[in-house]
Amino acid sequence: MSEHIGDRVASASVGLDTGADASYSTTEGLDTGASRPTRPTATGTLFRFATAGSVDDGKSTLVGRLLHDSKAILADQLESVARTSAERGFGGEPGAIDFALLTDGLRAEREQGITIDVAYRYFTTGRRSFILADCPGHVQYTRNMVTGSATADAVVVLVDVRNGVLEQTRRHLAVVQLLRVPHVIVAVNKIDLVGYDRAAFDAVAADVAALANDLGLPDAHVIPVSALAGDNVVERSANTPWYDGPSLLELLEELSTIDELETDLEALRLPVQLVIRPQGGLSPDVTDAAADELRDHRAFAGRIESGTVKVGDPVEVFPAGVRTTVTGIRRGPEALAEASAPLSVALELADPVDAARGAVIAAAGSLPAPRRELDADVFQLDARPLATGARVLVKHGTTTVQAIVTDIRGRLDLDTLETTPTASLATNDIGLVRLKLAADLAAEPYAAHRRAGAFLVIHPQDGATLAAGIVVEAPA
Amino acid sequence: MSESIIPGGRVASAGEAIPGGRVASAGEAIPGGRVAPEARIETARVQGLDTGAGASYSTTENLDTGAGASYSTTEGLDTGAGASYSTTEGLDTGADASYSTTATLDALDVLEAEAIHVIREVVAEFERPVLLFSGGKDSVVVLHLAAKAFWPAKVPFPVLHVDTGHNFPEVLRFRDETVARLGIRLEVASVQDYLDDGRLQERADGTRNPLQTQPLLDAIAAGRHDAVFGGARRDEDKARAKERIISLRDEFGQWDPRNQRPELWSLYNGRHTVGQHVRAFPISNWTELDVWRYIEREGIALPPLYFAHERDVYARDGMWLAVSDVSAPRAGETVERRTVRYRTVGDLSCTGAVVSEAATLSDIVREVAASTLTERGATRADDRLSEAAMEDRKKDGYF
Ligand SMILES: Nc1nc2c(ncn2[C@@H]2O[C@H](COP(=O)(O)OP(=O)(O)O)[C@@H](O)[C@H]2O)c(=O)[nH]1
Ligand SMILES: [Mg+2]
Repeated sequence: MSEHIGDRVASASVGLDTGADASYSTTEGLDTGASRPTRPTATGTLFRFATAGSVDDGKSTLVGRLLHDSKAILADQLESVARTSAERGFGGEPGAIDFALLTDGLRAEREQGITIDVAYRYFTTGRRSFILADCPGHVQYTRNMVTGSATADAVVVLVDVRNGVLEQTRRHLAVVQLLRVPHVIVAVNKIDLVGYDRAAFDAVAADVAALANDLGLPDAHVIPVSALAGDNVVERSANTPWYDGPSLLELLEELSTIDELETDLEALRLPVQLVIRPQGGLSPDVTDAAADELRDHRAFAGRIESGTVKVGDPVEVFPAGVRTTVTGIRRGPEALAEASAPLSVALELADPVDAARGAVIAAAGSLPAPRRELDADVFQLDARPLATGARVLVKHGTTTVQAIVTDIRGRLDLDTLETTPTASLATNDIGLVRLKLAADLAAEPYAAHRRAGAFLVIHPQDGATLAAGIVVEAPA
Repeated sequence: MSESIIPGGRVASAGEAIPGGRVASAGEAIPGGRVAPEARIETARVQGLDTGAGASYSTTENLDTGAGASYSTTEGLDTGAGASYSTTEGLDTGADASYSTTATLDALDVLEAEAIHVIREVVAEFERPVLLFSGGKDSVVVLHLAAKAFWPAKVPFPVLHVDTGHNFPEVLRFRDETVARLGIRLEVASVQDYLDDGRLQERADGTRNPLQTQPLLDAIAAGRHDAVFGGARRDEDKARAKERIISLRDEFGQWDPRNQRPELWSLYNGRHTVGQHVRAFPISNWTELDVWRYIEREGIALPPLYFAHERDVYARDGMWLAVSDVSAPRAGETVERRTVRYRTVGDLSCTGAVVSEAATLSDIVREVAASTLTERGATRADDRLSEAAMEDRKKDGYF
């Protein structure tokens, strides 16, 4: 199987055999106009996904393979990886490449052969541009999983076909479910090591289906892959004729993004970041004629976190509750008739409303009820435990408020999915917590409104991010 | 920076409880008309903030980002200082622009929205941001995004150039024209000054990129900048792939990659203590190709050396180096006149050109898409030193 790998690499990498002495041969390296067919020039839509799995399941290898086969790895990167692979005697075969070296960016990671921190990687297929978060699975797995999955459109969970579904897999999928990641793909990896055996795959796939059912995950996609050899990663493999589904990349190109799925379903929310008032400080490109009109210009700048806004739409402003009308939408100087999440815009309103940073502009009639108390699932990220009585800061949207942890109602046992009583939350714990707030927040249940339901818990003195929370409906 | 209005006009310290229970953001006005003592850790506000009446940023001169910026107390952000549409030709800047629609958002729309969101967050939450501006394409793009973020107001922060003394003259010219056009203030941290007075020594290999760290950190301290925007991208380097969008630096400017704050959703935690600052990377998630496509789409002006031109060059270490005051061929290296362009802008003595006929932005987009080398691999001698060259420099406070 290693020969197989060696072949792929050699064929895919022009002029790779520069040996240990690195540097590009002058002729090869100096010309950028090489005719090698490569990356598309179109951008397509943007899709974010994360990879998760236990140590050694092959996450980094899979990521490296995706990048390599989608031609996001260029010759100099591949060469440096090939050199390091050779120095470390990877695979024992000349030319074999340790793809994990492409993602393990810190020296400590390369030396220990482990991934320590979430790494972001980028590739594009023309139909889509991908942002990939490679989440390490051992230390601080919840922290990394939550970080990588929080904004993900999909999570790819790796399972080693020889080990099947592990406790770790269950935990990862539970986090994915809590965060409402729209799509889950379970990549049953190292299928090459079981001789591409269908029965081995089917057994794992059945366990995955049962688990997904347990957790209440919507459709989980299951794909047999070999990250190392490339089977079903980019192209469908001849080695798995019994599998008739898409390759991993085909699937990633087709799945809908969060914004594609939810923008039309959710009402407009625009947390105001700041108010633009150019008095005395107009941009020099503004013409004198326009300058007169802009003299009293006042626009509410922010990112549309859900829904769509059109010129003429009635809106309401949190917390003031005033109703007014949108008279202008701008992206820079460009006037828009309408705009949708996740665009950053500046809104002009018909009436002089009180809407500074911390305000939320919402579709009329959809204004969230102010909350002075939050019930939330909290992911404990800091090493210091979170206990009842703790005074913290809560950062939600564009507002930061003081808060007190009034109750730790329990800790979620990811293995049984039951909540057990606890006095405090330790790192990587997920707990149900009640927070009393010093001021009203426009927080909404995460299940109904993803971006309006997420917040950070921050240490008031040293500023550390202690925990991440998602608002839940108050338990009965 | 001041963020929201509370009737009465007092500026609250960040984190201070306001009657009525809300926590004030930095500089927020509180009923009652006095400025609260600075208590908030994350704004590392200037010592000695006037706590008397009259709120309105008694510290205005500190906040002034040059070019007439000032933060009005009444309204949150006064977007004073010099923004503007940097470079875009033909942008309709009139108030009556005809509507355009954004039917399907492509990746560039989403990346732009994310970057503008980050820039506005930093301006709203920090006192004295500054943008590291080299005249290179990435920092030019960040400046363009800032202009869009605050239009029709000017960009409300100055730019800082860390000048190695090994400059391409056309880049310096572009830098000066750009800040003049936008009406923003330019701060310069000069490596040459440090070499002249002995605070730094020239390296044996002559490259000055690694020497930038000390002047940069000193300039950040001197300008009391609590947030420093940079145009770094995660796709540039393996160590940068681990970088946060808002990334904390200690008193020594050091980056601690193993102890970074988790960054979730679009909630950026920039809290810091006195002496610390943050680096903010609005285009973290952009690739080199995204940057070029965006420059093409927006028609952003760049220094001419990014486009194919004739130049006297010699080959060294697999790169074409320019003949200049600070870089000359050694024995055995021959000078040739070639049509080249640059993919990155750095220390002239060690930044390589690539042979290229790409004379327009669309040529460049096509060329970059077809390139078999990363921009750093193709053009930066200093990044080839070792597998961890960038990681080590970043840990020491480099950008
Ligand atoms: N035979 C085989 N080995 C694999 C495959 N995927 C990963 N590996 C190997 O499994 C080990 C762990 O891989 P790595 O990507 O570092 O796992 P991670 O800890 O999940 O990132 C490495 O030795 C890989 O070469 C695969 O599909 N087939
Ligand atoms: Mg790994």
